[in-house]
Formats: sequence, structure tokens, C-alpha cells
Amino acid sequence: MKKIAISNLPKLYAAIAKAQSLILPVKTAGKTNFSLWTEACDVDLQTLKTVKSAKDAFFPQSETLYHCHRDGKNITITPEDLQSESFVVFGIKGCDVRGIAVLDKVFLAEPVDSFYAARRCHGTIVSLACGAPEESCFCKVFGIDCAEPEGDVVTWLTEDYLYWKPVTEKGEKLTALVADLLEDSDDAAVTAQKEAIGKIVEKLPYAALSLEGWNGEALNEKFNSPLWETLYKPCLACGTCTFVCPTCQCYDIKDYNTGNGVQRYRCWDSCMYSDFTMMAHGNNRTSQLQRFRQRFMHKLVYFPANNDGMYSCVGCGRCVDKCPSHLNIVKVIKAFGKEGK
Amino acid sequence: MQEVKNRALALLKDGTVKRVLGWRIGENTYDPEPAFFESEEDMQTFVYNNFCAANLSKYMIEASKLEGKTLVCLKPCDSYSFNQLLSEHRVDREKTYIIGVGCKGKLSIENVKRAGVKGILSVNDTDPLQVETLYGNTEVSYKAAMLDRCHVCKGKEHVVYDELIGESEDTSTADRFAQVQMIEAMSPAEKFAFFQKELSKCIRCNACRNVCPACSCRKCVFDSDKFDSAQKANVDSFEEKMFHIIRAFHVAGRCTDCGECSRVCPQGIPLHLFNRKFIKDINTLYGEYQAGADAEARGPLTSFTADDAEPSVVAEGGTK
Repeated sequence: MKKIAISNLPKLYAAIAKAQSLILPVKTAGKTNFSLWTEACDVDLQTLKTVKSAKDAFFPQSETLYHCHRDGKNITITPEDLQSESFVVFGIKGCDVRGIAVLDKVFLAEPVDSFYAARRCHGTIVSLACGAPEESCFCKVFGIDCAEPEGDVVTWLTEDYLYWKPVTEKGEKLTALVADLLEDSDDAAVTAQKEAIGKIVEKLPYAALSLEGWNGEALNEKFNSPLWETLYKPCLACGTCTFVCPTCQCYDIKDYNTGNGVQRYRCWDSCMYSDFTMMAHGNNRTSQLQRFRQRFMHKLVYFPANNDGMYSCVGCGRCVDKCPSHLNIVKVIKAFGKEGK
Repeated sequence: MQEVKNRALALLKDGTVKRVLGWRIGENTYDPEPAFFESEEDMQTFVYNNFCAANLSKYMIEASKLEGKTLVCLKPCDSYSFNQLLSEHRVDREKTYIIGVGCKGKLSIENVKRAGVKGILSVNDTDPLQVETLYGNTEVSYKAAMLDRCHVCKGKEHVVYDELIGESEDTSTADRFAQVQMIEAMSPAEKFAFFQKELSKCIRCNACRNVCPACSCRKCVFDSDKFDSAQKANVDSFEEKMFHIIRAFHVAGRCTDCGECSRVCPQGIPLHLFNRKFIKDINTLYGEYQAGADAEARGPLTSFTADDAEPSVVAEGGTK
């Protein structure tokens, strides 16, 4: 175990950023999101949940795939370069780290998504334990330990120090890079914090949420339930839940007319949107009920069916905090629980 | 408020209305959701408390297409939105029974959190708010927890209703146009920097558009696959800004300043400032006008009078 005084954190950021790009929670205009570190930025490790998850670091909301340029009768195609330089994502919470494991299942399976794979290959994850979990958190339900998250390096923030524990080879490499700034430490403070976090987690309102009945086998029964008819009603069909979600991975591919060519890019899509999965024959989900149902069926039924039982919800609670109509996955799970289905 | 629930239930039972549009109790006091109720059993979960901030007017567009009358609960400011939709023939007054519900300013759990409260287990909706949290108990004043829009309240009068239940209060504490004036006073570079910083947070969730009662098109131009600027993230940030600017122009003269856009924005972008700038300019150039105040009135941007400001004056943003 290593540690660094809080007052020295700016030095740590600068040291990492000198060698690699550093992405971490930054407060801009009142809200905290993962963003590139600059000397002038306002690093915010106190806000438990960034508005968007850390997903952008590996799967950006919008990214160019290639350019087509027309010159007379010639067309030149220039593919966008893949990530080839190392970078660090610092301050990711346990739920978001698991979220990346969910994305891995999708993007690293054949056919491998080369843009995502290149970022995963070059990115080092420095996770941060949740010192003070909040009411909308339910990561425990998915077997995540927010007191000791996964990652290449795991860190804990106390009042005076950031405790630092390298876990993987990548983590050791990064630790060597900033070794001058770290000092050796015992585990006492971390052990105490983990115990305190554990006690809070037990008291979280959704800690005992039951996922009974939600699995890959439940397809027809859940799909055909009349409950959706009531549940979807207040849904505004906005994309908030999907865009703040650490695991939503659907994207659209679009062309931007550059005047003398095309810039082909992909951007996050949302199953809440009316043109989601629009195909030549039309749209296979024509009502908001169907679109709403899709999101929860995907996370709790289709995804586990295709990925050895792994849910594609990590219990970060962002949708619970952010839905304009106060709908969310917890309410859906509970509604089915009440019906005993 | 029990009285609203009882009255709605009575009207549902005697067949005056086919359904009730109100709020369903959530997991906690602070997360009621908009809901339709069609039976006495269902009405057990009806709630009207000070966290019922959602403006239900827009749901009446769809409800107007259903068979039978819908009872809708509208707060004073929501009634302006309903009236505006009425003037645009988007809702059917004949199929609507309006209970004008009392409002003394609505609360936002985001603002409770903004006051530094974390890990909220329970909260009441009286002044001051008693908050029980994972990290101890605390209090937050009602005013501090009130939605930002309630600080520039439109007043306690409902502009359209069938009956009124409960008292309302004018909760204004600030000048409606103070923030706009502050931005007007900035240099062009400062203005650009301000909006750049705010709008760069936009995640294109479209919550502002979807919640907006003035955005009542059946299909938005941004949802078309034939339009270059789609409703999703675009190639560059300039396009992102275009969305908000186009939307502000589209609702100009029809926006009642209900504040739902800013309430629902997950990134806390003060979107209402765009609309309020238009409202201020309309007031200056065409005389005081409040969209939705009168369902029969023609809006200043949709009627012509010989007294209208000349285009050159409008372009310069000057006074008549």
C-alpha cells in the first residue's frame, strides 16, 4: 500500500499528465464529468457520481470513424487513427469499472470493435472507493464492492491522504511512473474506511433489492407482462437514462456532409428514441411502451441470456437520480416483485 | 393533499371523467411520477405534495385523443401552458376537466442536494424540510429547496380551470429578467464563453425538448433521418449548440416560461435563459405579453400591427 498527501495531488496529476493524457472528474459550470486534466481545471473528487459515467473514456459519445474526400473522380478514404498512446482514467467508482466489464463483453467479442479495443489496450484504470455512498446506489445488488473496486490501481480517499494500491501489471507500471510522489503506508486507514463504507452500504434503501425472476430464461413471461402498460406511461422518451448509464452501449452510425466528402462518425443512440434501430423496412418498435420495455429487458433479460448470466446494470443509480419523470430500473424491478412474477 | 385526491376520486366514480391525470407516489416523498389513474384501486397511490413539480399540460395532448374526459391537476403556472396549447388547438378543452391545485412553490430534491445534503433517506415537504440522511439528520429551508423557477413565480392565479382546490401563494423572490440583464451586459466574448461552458455539458438527451409544452410537434425535425443535425450527438460542438438555439427560436412567443426545460436538464444547463431573453425582447418590442395568459389572444409574433417594430430595430435588439 502506498499513499500521497491530498495537498500533493496536483503534483500527482501533473506527473501523470506529463507522460500520458489524464482523464478524471472535473467540475465545469456546476456539474462534474470525466474530462481531460489541464492545469486550470477544477478536479472534483468529492462528488460521488459524475453526471455521465466514465464510459466516454473508452466509448466516446461521438467519434469519427473515417473521412471520404472527393476530388474530381477520385475518392480518398482516410480511416481515423486508433488510440496508440497510453492514457489514465483516474477516480472511477466501482460501479463504473464494472460497467466497462459489461462493455468489454460487447465490444471485445468477435467481431472486435477496433476503436474500443485500442482504447482498452492503452488505458489504465485508477479506481476510487466510494467513501460516502448515496441513497440511489445499489451496486451491492450486482455483487460490486464499492469499498474495494476493481481496476488497475485502487485508491481510497481519506481526509488527509489518497491511499494507492496497484493491482495489475498496468497498475504497477503507472505506480513506477509516479513512485517519487508516493510513500509506503500500512493498511490501517483503508481497513477502517472499508469497514465504515460496509456499514453504510447495509443501510442503503435499495441494498436488499431482489432480482429474483430476472434472468435469461424469463423472456416471454417478462416481455408479455401487462405491467409495462402502466410503467411506461410517464416516460418522456428522452435519452437521459441511456446517456448517463455506464453500460448502455447502443450506437448509431451517421454521415456528416463536409461539402466535398463525408465524415462518417458514430454516436451513442438511445432505445428511447423513435428512430432507434430504424431499418429499410421501417421500425421494429413503433410505440414508446416497446421502446421503454426494451431498455429493461436488455439489461435484465437479454444481456444475461447472452453473457452467462451477467446483468448489464451495475446499480450506479444515475437513472434513479436523473429521470425527469422519476421512473427508473428500481421501480421496474420492484413493480414486478410486487406482482410476484 | 387529501382533498384533491377525494375530489378526483368522486369525479372518477360518478363518471364525470374517465381517467385522472395526476402524480403517483414514488419510493420516497420526493420522486412522485406523472400518472394516469382509471380506477378507485389505482387512485390509492395518487399523491399531491410539494415535490409534484412536473407540468402535466403536455400529457393532455395525447389524453385529448382518448375516449372520454380526462381530469388533470394543474398548478397556476401549468395552467398557462395548458392555455397556450389550447390556443394552438393541441388539446381539447371539451375533453378536459381541470382541477386547479394550490401551489406554494414546488421543491426540487436536486436543490436539497445542492445545499450539501447527501444520502437522503427521507424528507418531508414543509418549511423547513426535515431531512433524514445516511450521515445524520438535517434541515433545509423551503426557499433553498424550491425550484429555481418558483423564485420568479407567475402568481397564484390559475388562468384556466373548472374548479380550484387548495391555496396558492406568489413565491417570487427575484426579478424574472435579472439573469438575462446580467448576460446582456456581458461583452460578446464573455457571452460566448458563458454559453460555450454551459452548452458544452449537453448530452443530447432531448429531455428539455420532450418535456417542453411548447414543443408539441408530433415529430420533431431533429428526429428526422433526412435532416443533417440529428437528435443525437453530432460531429462537432457547433451543431450541438444549434439544437438549443433553433429550439429557442421555435418556441419564441409561445414559451410561457414554465421552466420545465431547466428542471429536467441532467447537466443543469440554464436553458430557460434563452427563452427568457426572447420574452424580454418581445415585451420590449411589442409590449408586455405573457404566453398562455389568454387562450383567445394572438401572439405578438403571429399577428401584424402597423405599430410593430421595424425589422432593422429588431435586428439590432434595440428599443422601439
